[in-house]
Amino acid sequence: MRTILYLIRKEFLQIFRDKFIGKAIFGVPIVQMLILVPAVTFEIRNVNLCVIDMDMSAESAKLINRLEGSTFFRIKFTTFSENEANQLLHRNKCDMVLQIPLGFAKNLGAGKPGRIMASVNAINAVSAQLSWAYLNGVIRDHNMNIAAENPGLFSGSAFSQTDVSNRYWYNEKLNYKYFMLPGILGILVTAIAFLLAGLNLVREKEIGTIEQINVTPIKKYQFITAKMVPFFLIGLVDLALGLLLGKLFFRIPFEGSIALLFMCSAIFMISVLGLALFISTFSSTQQQFMFVAFFFMIVFILMSGIFTPVESMPGWAQKFNLINPLTYLMRINRMVMLKGSAFGDISREICSMIVIAIAFTFIAVRRYRKTA
Amino acid sequence: MAKQTVSETGSTGVPLTSNTVITVRNLVKKFGNFIANDNLNFEVFRGEIFGFLGANGAGKTTALRILSGLSSPTSGKVMVAGYDAKKEPEQIKKNIGYMCQKFSLYNDLTVRENIMLYGGIYGMSKKLILERTAKLLERLQFEEYGGRLIADLPLGLKQKLAFSVAVMHEPKIVFLDEPTGGVDPITRRQFWEMIYETAARGITVFVTTHYMDEAEYCDRISIMNEGRIVALDTPANLKKQYNADSVEEVFIKIARPSPADPGMLQKNPKGNN
Repeated sequence: MRTILYLIRKEFLQIFRDKFIGKAIFGVPIVQMLILVPAVTFEIRNVNLCVIDMDMSAESAKLINRLEGSTFFRIKFTTFSENEANQLLHRNKCDMVLQIPLGFAKNLGAGKPGRIMASVNAINAVSAQLSWAYLNGVIRDHNMNIAAENPGLFSGSAFSQTDVSNRYWYNEKLNYKYFMLPGILGILVTAIAFLLAGLNLVREKEIGTIEQINVTPIKKYQFITAKMVPFFLIGLVDLALGLLLGKLFFRIPFEGSIALLFMCSAIFMISVLGLALFISTFSSTQQQFMFVAFFFMIVFILMSGIFTPVESMPGWAQKFNLINPLTYLMRINRMVMLKGSAFGDISREICSMIVIAIAFTFIAVRRYRKTA
Repeated sequence: MAKQTVSETGSTGVPLTSNTVITVRNLVKKFGNFIANDNLNFEVFRGEIFGFLGANGAGKTTALRILSGLSSPTSGKVMVAGYDAKKEPEQIKKNIGYMCQKFSLYNDLTVRENIMLYGGIYGMSKKLILERTAKLLERLQFEEYGGRLIADLPLGLKQKLAFSVAVMHEPKIVFLDEPTGGVDPITRRQFWEMIYETAARGITVFVTTHYMDEAEYCDRISIMNEGRIVALDTPANLKKQYNADSVEEVFIKIARPSPADPGMLQKNPKGNN
């Protein structure tokens, strides 16, 4: 135990003696939070519309007004040429072409459905679907209005039979930042733990100081523990910093227990540190480590469910996610912060993370060789 | 071979009953097809300064790494400080000090921090560490350097410091792998004074070197060539045997690698670091 303390002291001295790293470990997470949380969003704003209004009626003008009034749409072009509209779509000048054919108002006046056509640029399927959904929403509102203004016009079967009123739980205003921030916190601690600890060990190999360590009676678990603890503690400090920023700048709600969140992140970090040190035991240069580490980080992050729901991934991907500690942390962070989940609600995730943490640390200690 | 070693030792005045701290019998180390150590046999005694000579790539470092528990022998019996190098390398590590070719104290720690770290690793008490640190710095006339980063010290000072740290925990044996490479003659002399002091305390010094004048200072030397020990005796006996004026002459006579030998280039790099 005393030996470990001497080693940990040495690691801390080295980390903070490096003027750049000493500052970067606290500076980088702050910048990361301030940039990523507001920037990474799926909210669609400012869909550029091109409108072809062949009808030129009061009814069509009302619909266009309504679209313009919503925060999602911006009417960038109006034209009478379908060709020109398609060109605009093709050249990425607009995201959606809305065509109101001649006779739109006449049909409505006659109690028949008014037909319009929308063409959406679907290169990004997600944003295409979202803009489509927004458009539908606006048109539905518009229909309701018409129905309300002209009670006799429709037979009444089309609308208002089923009135769905919805409420979004846990993130009432569908604030995307609330969704992203807990995820970004996960990435933040991953980066600290994974890269710094792994590179630290490989650097000792490159410089040759590890040889001097290996020729001492130091125990393998002591060495690995001493490599883990400093980055573990730094990771927790960064997490606290991240939460504070979230509170100050993004007014993120915090429903659950902070202690629980820290406990989960602590378990998570042990698993990531274990994996990083495992990789570094068979890398002999920092370059080798970075290459493998980058691969693991990208896979872990993109599959973790930070951007896309894990539930909609193919079966094999969901199986893979059983050993992806970040998947569990994503779920836990969001559940604890937004939903106020307690220990009992996330005990399965916690157990899985503990198993992963033990397994990764075990293979790191096993794989570390003091004798070639 | 073993008998021969013992009888030669007897003639050097080291009593046959003296404590053997290193025993090597039929040591073989292979890297794939390459034989780095080919059937080595020798013994080293307590308090002895044992020189390990050989051209680059002769297999010195490989043998030294096996003796210090950093590498495992392919076959043969190696006992160091009473422990088997194959089965109990960690026990050996408790009883030895080691200073390798490449300078390996931490450059970004101060002199005191390095001493503290290694004292702690060897399980010394804080009081003992502080005591020994003071003594060590005094011996090196280093007191004012205690708070300096290792990176800021000249090479000679670094090497003397590394040696002092390697013997701080009073090991039975200290292994030095080309400790004076690139060091100026005055510092080399001071370094050897330290080696003598250490040996006088009963610590065995096992040293590899390329400097033939240093070989003259050793109690006994062995000369390796292409993985084999080709000579082992006191410097005086070797000079007599090979009819040479200096160890350097002996070395050139027996350990000259033929430049045409393509094997020199193919050798596993592990043989030389």
